Amino acid sequence: MTPLLFNRLEVYLVAAAFILAVGVYGLVRRRTLIGMLISGELIFSAASLNFMALNRFTVQDPTVGQIFVLFIMGLAAAEVAIALSIIIAIYRNYRSVKTHDLAELNG
Amino acid sequence: MTTFPAAEWISTMMFLLALAAAGSGALIAALSTRVIRSVCGLAICCLGLSGLYWFLHSPFLAMMEILIYVGAVCVTIVFAIMLAEPDEPAQEEPRKSALIWTGVSLTVALALFCGLAHLGVRGNWQEAQARTTDGSIREIGISLLTTYSAAFEMISLVLLIAILGALVIARGGREHS
Repeated sequence: MTPLLFNRLEVYLVAAAFILAVGVYGLVRRRTLIGMLISGELIFSAASLNFMALNRFTVQDPTVGQIFVLFIMGLAAAEVAIALSIIIAIYRNYRSVKTHDLAELNG
Repeated sequence: MTTFPAAEWISTMMFLLALAAAGSGALIAALSTRVIRSVCGLAICCLGLSGLYWFLHSPFLAMMEILIYVGAVCVTIVFAIMLAEPDEPAQEEPRKSALIWTGVSLTVALALFCGLAHLGVRGNWQEAQARTTDGSIREIGISLLTTYSAAFEMISLVLLIAILGALVIARGGREHS
């Protein structure tokens, strides 16, 4: 008897690959800083899902992956706080958060 | 042992719902032109992901996903959206280069997806033989306070410094404007 859909490793890995691909596409195509930040969060989530799936199915001690993902979430929260304050500082200086306008170093 | 009627069917449906929420939320987050909608997409994606974590035998991380991502990250991004005006600009670049860039990024994303999905499906994953712990919330708490206590302290330090840095960066230049 084949295992149920939610007891199969491949399903989770394919879902994580999908989220990662969508995140990378958004990171390249987005033209505002906040949109790029959101796509970066998607990439973080894909990595966490991958960790959790392998942790559930192939690891002897299933607490390790959970703690690692918990740390990923903490780092993602810190990253969002810093990135948003940088975005607000940029908006104050340039009156815009479009990546097209932030071209002062462009030769 | 009596089981709830159609229990397997119901859990499969719940799993598909979580999977669909994660996938469609990611698509909304990456593709919609208004940034507030893509934040909502991120929130939907995180709700779906927390459902997936639940199915991966980790109710603790499912709760944390909702608490941290939906409750903290998305709300903070909404704050930043209120302070800046980040809607995607109307098509500024010439049509041709926009098409080329869309094609390139679509190719990269598709290649990533196909490669990783192929690796995941074809990979020779070995089932774990014997589990040393059961991965319950109790076990997580014990390891956080014994094996990983140094990392736990470090991440609290990182969060503190991030908050201070965010305050300093966001405050700077307020007097001039």
